[in-house]
Amino acid sequence: MPGLSEAHDYPGMLIVVEGIDGSGKSTQLDLLRSWLIQEGYDVFFTEWNSSRLVKKTTKAGKNRQILTPTTFCLIHCTDFSDRLERTIVPPLQAGMVVLADRYVYTAFCRDVVRGVERQWVRDLYSFAVRPDIAFFFSVPLETAIERIFRGRPTLKYYEAGMDLGLSSDPAESFRQFQSAIISEYGRLVDEYNLEVVQGDRPIENQQRRIREMAEERIASKGMRPLRKRRR
Amino acid sequence: MKATFLGTGIPSALEADLQGRLIVLEGPDCVGRTTQIRRLKDWLENLGYGVVSTSLCRSELAEAGLSKAKRGNQIGRRTLALFYATDLADRLERQILPALESGFIVLADRYVYTIFARFAVRGIDPGWLRKAYAFALRPHLTLYLETSLEVLAERALMAERLGFWECGMDLSLAPDLYGSFIIYQKRMLQQFAKMTREFGFERVNAQGSILTVHNRLRRKIRGLLDLMQTQERAGTPDALEQASGQAEV
Repeated sequence: MPGLSEAHDYPGMLIVVEGIDGSGKSTQLDLLRSWLIQEGYDVFFTEWNSSRLVKKTTKAGKNRQILTPTTFCLIHCTDFSDRLERTIVPPLQAGMVVLADRYVYTAFCRDVVRGVERQWVRDLYSFAVRPDIAFFFSVPLETAIERIFRGRPTLKYYEAGMDLGLSSDPAESFRQFQSAIISEYGRLVDEYNLEVVQGDRPIENQQRRIREMAEERIASKGMRPLRKRRR
Repeated sequence: MKATFLGTGIPSALEADLQGRLIVLEGPDCVGRTTQIRRLKDWLENLGYGVVSTSLCRSELAEAGLSKAKRGNQIGRRTLALFYATDLADRLERQILPALESGFIVLADRYVYTIFARFAVRGIDPGWLRKAYAFALRPHLTLYLETSLEVLAERALMAERLGFWECGMDLSLAPDLYGSFIIYQKRMLQQFAKMTREFGFERVNAQGSILTVHNRLRRKIRGLLDLMQTQERAGTPDALEQASGQAEV
């Protein structure tokens, strides 16, 4: 298996979106998904922290607030490993398009901000399949925060980075945590060739660029729709 | 004594000062580890030491999820290795390290080495496993209960312990339990042998009566405890002064 440092040779295609909460990545991924389906591709969608086998343990750990930076990192990697072999690789083998809302880069940012060693997290996740395209949604912190507080008034303990002891005020803790995450993402853009999308541009402009890129990669891979277009 | 780790360690524990000691008992299935741990605990407590024992899959965080995942037989090997890592990290941070900092002796029934052996036999890259477990505390003493395959097989048969996992039936090595046990345990013993030098195991002959083996273990542990007392005395400023001033001591 090639792992994160080399391109995969599955017939399918893996597209991931990354960015802080409120960067607009999920909206864009939804739009891409509908379009790909309309074009006749078989699309599989997966999101961070959702393995049926592992999710319960993570949730219990969060509720009891017993997760440390190390166990937080390990349990999320366990979750990812399960999803990778069970739900990401098989559709890639079958020639489908897999869309992932957050991928290993989320761990590379969050865990490092929590104080876990940069190289260790990378070693841990070295088995991951390298994405064909990884979009990073870059937005000013204030824009993201405005968007989040519009729809979601309360922040959860780990979501706000309260375990880091940055501030006793969840909103302030969240702000500092996200700001540190943004600078870690900055590092990853070059290290892993992330495609930067300006997440504060009009939604349709962002989507146009994303579709163009997806289309180009799909064509260069010689992938064809499995079904006729639904038009 | 400052904590040392197999690799990069646990961020919060890099500067931990350990008053106690971590003693690991390793060895294949049916070699008698659990019996010996019980006896060692009694012995050490009689000597006045505080003792905590721990074993795989006993963490507050991961025990329930890990046990369930194993039962269903639907978890992949790499995922299982990571789940065990989560389990160990939780025990280290919230059970083992705090106990060691408070001066307890921690007896571990199996440690990372069993995990390394099991997953190496199952085709997981040993290099990756070592990197993944770089957070693990380096034990102060690892006692490896060593025995021959023949003795192991005999003990497993007498104790009616030719179970699915002891026989490595998930590997489809042989159609029958006994045949599979022999091939599987042979591979496990090879892995342990390889790690003996890599990790500096203290080899202990596990053949003979329970009492004989117990006495062999005691001798090894006594060595560690004597060293611990000396280090403790040497660590106090008073002792340092005395040692430099009194040549006859």
